[in-house]
Amino acid sequence: MQLALFWIFAVLMLLFGGLVVFLRNPVSSAMSLVMCFIFLAALFVTLDAFFIAVIQILVYAGAVMVLFLFIIMLLDLKGEQTRRINLSAWAGGGLVLFGFVNLLIRVIGSDPRLQMTKPALGSPEISDVAAVGAVLFKDFNLPFQVIAVLLLVATVGVVLLSLRRSATDAQS
Amino acid sequence: MPTLANYLLVSGLLFTLGLAGVLLRRNLLIIFMGLELMLNAANLSLVAFSRFHLSIDGFPAYNAQTFVFFIITVAAAEVAVGLAIIVALFRAKQTVHVEDLDSLRF
Repeated sequence: MQLALFWIFAVLMLLFGGLVVFLRNPVSSAMSLVMCFIFLAALFVTLDAFFIAVIQILVYAGAVMVLFLFIIMLLDLKGEQTRRINLSAWAGGGLVLFGFVNLLIRVIGSDPRLQMTKPALGSPEISDVAAVGAVLFKDFNLPFQVIAVLLLVATVGVVLLSLRRSATDAQS
Repeated sequence: MPTLANYLLVSGLLFTLGLAGVLLRRNLLIIFMGLELMLNAANLSLVAFSRFHLSIDGFPAYNAQTFVFFIITVAAAEVAVGLAIIVALFRAKQTVHVEDLDSLRF
């Protein structure tokens, strides 16, 4: 049962991930990316990482993708569909990807320790929000503060970047 | 039951799809989406390792999930800054196609 669910979620996730890359229209790519993130969250649930799954839906499928769609709407892309495909670039990229997948399969197949199944949890009821929160505030308190500063810097940077040139010239 | 190798294979294939987006597509927005796919592939393998490597009292290694939390936060900040840069670029050049942006090419 769990194996079937795993493969359903994994195949659907990879299918939508492929659609992100191979669809020509950026809006369809963005919508496929939303679906891909939702199925990735389902995979996180199969790994008993409920907190990460919820964060994935809220932050990625929600906030980040709304931002993407807003920017696509703002840019008003035209003439994208009519471009011809650069065949040599696709051949070179395909070769790199083929080598990468080949290497990946060999590495994963080489180590028998990777064939382990999921070990049973110590208790059937886990509260991973509390556990992640405890780790976050006890062991990773300094990185947690640093990431708050990072978000502040990103916010200020985005505001600065989106100021129009004429406005900054008028100030100086 | 799915094995650790299954999860790593799916994670690696997702990473490959993201890499394909970065290598093959010429639209900056799609390249950015490829970057997101690669970050998420890394997250998936981290969470898989956390679930398959239990501590002594039988709980997953929550350090890895905390790390994923940090990655998601940094990725959100990165998306905001990157999209602002793309918008600024579009204002200056009226294009998001990377082959039109060759003013730094030697």
